[in-house]
Amino acid sequence: MKANQLAPHLRVPLITKFEESVLDHIGNTPLVRIANIVKKDLGNKEIQIYAKAEWTNPGGSVKARPALRMVRDGIAAGKLGRGKELIDSTSGNTGIAYALIGKIMGFKVNLVLPTNVCKQRKGMMASQYSANLILSEAIESSDGAIRLCKKIYSENPDKYFMPDQYNNPSNWMAHRDTTAKEIWEQTQGRVTHFLAGIGTSGTLMGTTRGLKGINPGVKAYAIEPAEPLHGIEGLKHMDTSIVPGIYDPTVYDEKISVKTEEAYRMVSRLEEEEGLLVGTSAGAAMVGAMKLAHTIEKGVIVIIFPDSCEECVVAHGEF
Amino acid sequence: MAITVRVPTPLQKVTGGKGEVSAVGSTIREIFADMEKNHPGLKERIYSEDGELRRFINIYINEEDIRFLESEDSKVKDGDVISIIPAIAGGTH
Repeated sequence: MKANQLAPHLRVPLITKFEESVLDHIGNTPLVRIANIVKKDLGNKEIQIYAKAEWTNPGGSVKARPALRMVRDGIAAGKLGRGKELIDSTSGNTGIAYALIGKIMGFKVNLVLPTNVCKQRKGMMASQYSANLILSEAIESSDGAIRLCKKIYSENPDKYFMPDQYNNPSNWMAHRDTTAKEIWEQTQGRVTHFLAGIGTSGTLMGTTRGLKGINPGVKAYAIEPAEPLHGIEGLKHMDTSIVPGIYDPTVYDEKISVKTEEAYRMVSRLEEEEGLLVGTSAGAAMVGAMKLAHTIEKGVIVIIFPDSCEECVVAHGEF
Repeated sequence: MAITVRVPTPLQKVTGGKGEVSAVGSTIREIFADMEKNHPGLKERIYSEDGELRRFINIYINEEDIRFLESEDSKVKDGDVISIIPAIAGGTH
């Protein structure tokens, strides 16, 4: 029944559009111009920097995109159906996204994560979105969660659907099909450089493939922690980590290293000078963009701000 | 007094690949000073240039975070296990 049939005496329909759920609002995030820091540090250089405000996704992070795609592709392939439970390892954001999606779609979500994931994130997953948390040893970081998750899955493979975000092509395809297109449209085809941090590497792999597919001249850069021991949440130092199966270093042009303290300082600057309260990985992306900006004469640089996690930033290290 | 210190994988380069080492001292500060003698390079990785413990490095005595005790002056005793745990980030082998 059409909306205006419900109220034929009204000239405008009572309801113009029915939304299915909050999941329909994943993607199409704003592109925010970072103007003040650029002007202060680069003067009149012909450089613009824009950031994708990924924390505006339902679930609060960029991970809503790959999580939804992996779940939908899993359902389409018959891997996630009636009675099956989802299990995967996560250092936070993907877990929150899975938990939200599971709650809406009606399947149970099990998340394997290191004990020292901050309590706000654990609370989002378990208390608000009803996921079951399985904690791995903090000292083994996210690689310990990966190993424990694989062990639990292999002991009972018929019970679970394990998307395996580190090795699932649906992860990067989500970005090729959504993030890249949005960036192209929002910059009206003016984007010249794209940068993203590497964790699973899905954002960088997919968005780069999407952008280069439209314009091969777009340059892409991986933001990587400068040291193996670092505090840039969600990012991996590839040379000393379990390398994700979806990671392909030939996809992008160059790597830019960022120290944890540089990222922290930039998080503070983004708050004070741009009014943006973002997570450490967003700080790292902005540091990378500024390092790149100093080496080029002009360009339109687009970066990803994966999350905000206000509490974690404000009280960092206390959880 | 020998104390066991658990070392995360990214730091094991300086401990010769060992995930656990012994160190001597009665406070966290003394333990780290002793570790630096036997495993040079450890200190520069966990302390910032201004001599502060880096923000993302969490130190535990057994299950207690030293930030909720007496920081680096926290006392340790025989049998305690100290863990050096970086904030959540990408993992390591």
